[in-house]
Amino acid sequence: MDGQQVKLWESRCIEEFPPACSAACPVHLDVRGLAELLRKGDLRAAHAHACRFIPFPGIVGHLCDHPCQSACRRSESGDAIRIHELERTIATAGFNAPPFRRGRAMEKKRVAVLGAGLSGMTAAADLIVKGHEVVVFEANAQLLGRLRQNPNLPASILEADLARFENTGIEFRYEQTANAATLADEFDAVYVGTGPAGQSDIDIDPLTYTTRHPKIFAGGSRRYGSHYSLITSLSDGRYAALSIERMLQGASLIANRDSQGSQASRLYVNVAVHAPLPAVAPADPAQGYSPAEAQAEAARCFPCHCLECVQVCPYLEHYGGYPKRYIREIYNNETIVMGARKSNRMINSCTLCGLCAEVCPEQLGMGEVCLSARQGMVAKNHMPVSHHDFALRDLAFSRSKAFALARHQPGHNESALLFFPGCQLSASSPDHVARFYQHLCAKVDGGVGLMLGCCGAPAHWAARDDLFGETRADFRAEWERLGKPPVITACSSCYRMFTDHQPDVPTESVWTLLERIGLPDAGGVPSRLTIHDPCTTRHESAIHASVRRIAHQRGATIVELEGAERTTCCGFGGLAQLANREVADKIVDRRIGQNESDHLTYCAMCRDNFARRGKRAVHILDLLYPDGDAAARADPGFSARQENRGRLKRGLLRDLWGEDVTEPADDIELAMSAEVQADLEKKLILLDDIRQTVRHAETSGEKLIDQKTGHFVAQHRPVAMTYWVEYSLEGGRHVVHRAYSHRMQLEIAP
Amino acid sequence: MSERPSTPAPPELTCDRCQLPLVLGKVKASYLGNSFEVELSCCPGCGFIYVPEELALGKMAQVEQALEDK
Repeated sequence: MDGQQVKLWESRCIEEFPPACSAACPVHLDVRGLAELLRKGDLRAAHAHACRFIPFPGIVGHLCDHPCQSACRRSESGDAIRIHELERTIATAGFNAPPFRRGRAMEKKRVAVLGAGLSGMTAAADLIVKGHEVVVFEANAQLLGRLRQNPNLPASILEADLARFENTGIEFRYEQTANAATLADEFDAVYVGTGPAGQSDIDIDPLTYTTRHPKIFAGGSRRYGSHYSLITSLSDGRYAALSIERMLQGASLIANRDSQGSQASRLYVNVAVHAPLPAVAPADPAQGYSPAEAQAEAARCFPCHCLECVQVCPYLEHYGGYPKRYIREIYNNETIVMGARKSNRMINSCTLCGLCAEVCPEQLGMGEVCLSARQGMVAKNHMPVSHHDFALRDLAFSRSKAFALARHQPGHNESALLFFPGCQLSASSPDHVARFYQHLCAKVDGGVGLMLGCCGAPAHWAARDDLFGETRADFRAEWERLGKPPVITACSSCYRMFTDHQPDVPTESVWTLLERIGLPDAGGVPSRLTIHDPCTTRHESAIHASVRRIAHQRGATIVELEGAERTTCCGFGGLAQLANREVADKIVDRRIGQNESDHLTYCAMCRDNFARRGKRAVHILDLLYPDGDAAARADPGFSARQENRGRLKRGLLRDLWGEDVTEPADDIELAMSAEVQADLEKKLILLDDIRQTVRHAETSGEKLIDQKTGHFVAQHRPVAMTYWVEYSLEGGRHVVHRAYSHRMQLEIAP
Repeated sequence: MSERPSTPAPPELTCDRCQLPLVLGKVKASYLGNSFEVELSCCPGCGFIYVPEELALGKMAQVEQALEDK
């Protein structure tokens, strides 16, 4: 993965931007965090949390001009959260703010603070925490003199806040005025926060609070005149102290200050999903919120998050984070030198369906990130073999003579079109493929060629660019031999692979073609079906429209979910189902749980996955060739998928091309319970693997026998997997009781 | 993988070819270029090594995954 590209991706995930309230607060008080604690009724934790951001929680709780509240996004759906009232509740709850603790500076410096107002005292607090020596010069006899005159601030609150400064080591010099330039000779830095009555001729940089004198910094109410803002004045002290600390350390004064001060936030919030709610009115407005009222008011906070993608994707939800965090983890996974690559499975669990990019305000797609990471893993030989091995062996089967075929229509020497049904439709509904091919042949002039094979999608998803290239080359050689006819795909993944990766091959979906040539003859059966568009057709509006019209012609009333462009994956995309069954099941379960009616789709894998998880579902071909209760058809499972492909090819050769093809005889006849069969399916063990293992045991004699049950235990390692089968012989059949496999190779130690 | 199998072979399991009960023996386990020694039930006659399902799907699968992620 390219580091620059990774940074670009990260920058497009906006979840870590602060909510509007925190961004608007000049010191970025974590209002969302406070509201979450208050919602739980934990006033004490909320108070402690506020004290981490604000040196004067009591004063701010009473007098803050709360720019946060004007920015609150709740105001777009009801009233803004009464943040200031919540702060006041926290401030009057009777908790003591923790005292400041003097830190330990590597190199202790002396800083003078002129003026013990809010900005000066904030600067003093921040600098003492950093471990410097701080001397505060105050012209009057008391700290925070002007605030003491404010009738809205109880003296006890002010004193409680000042108690935080006790025993910190800050030296307060009362009734002393001093000249900043003179102090600059004695001290390493000076902060001038003398309020509106102070020197007015200081030129202050608004970002760094520097003045013309390199050691003198200034801020506070002197900058604002009649536009005084208590919280902004406080923030001046904070950011000036930051500059002083940086100056003392010899660091850049201007670097990384983009988020300083009150500003708007880039965080996207989908306000529309929240019903409007009015603010909670305190029973006694003079007293403010009771704890219970504050809790109710805090519960109105959304709280503001983007997480648009996480909310629609069980995969992104499963790992408990959001794209920005995932992208960092994925990058670390690739660049780690020592230790385990813990994100391998996470990377391979993405379906690459594109829904996240669709809902993201910044169009960030995790599929792009995960595919790039997979390419990196393959390139560095770090791709876990087990994640994609099964799919790639299935692909090898589809490329083999057992399935692959490329011919002109019987009786033709050329093809006006080339039908490419794809491996999964052939695996799921071989009879439909055969009948549909004959329909095409009958309706299209000039001959319809047929190509059975794989489009290479599994290789692409597994980031096996080598294998993907070979598969495409297989296709091209045959396509060119057949005269480069336009390709008609029945599977939306094939359509995607051809249009995205072989743009010079004219490709059309069979569903748009079908509208032009006419449907097979059959009566429509009234039905009410929820349409699920395969994720690989997300932006193919012509296909969406054709499928809906075809279904309508066949008597179906279509129920829409969120619309075709917001469709989800069935869990198979990106080979997620093979790398992480748990996540894939969550994806398909969420989809099929969206409503009660039967699903209609036009991807065989989607239909079979819905069926596998117990949803009644039909493929559009089931509407074209109605036959009983098609929605009740079970998922054929992986073994039958391969067998169906072989059977389709042999049947077509026999029936259409008149070849003498015989079905292979099974020397090993298997029998097993439905439970054992389901277990094999989950373990990705094919009946063919079982047959090979039993055959090996029977011919070699290498097997164990359980003297109690009479069961045999056989093992066989054809290539990289060892298969174990426990079976018994009953009436000439091999009854399978269990099977399992492992990759580790074993031999007797020498 | 642990030094000992999590479930030793049941005593009623015998090698069908050699007609011998299985005994614990030292076995070299290898995956992705890593190898180590473990004790598993084997036929003392032909060296048939038995891996119970609990071991294959448990500890063995864990080690395989750890090596794949290394």
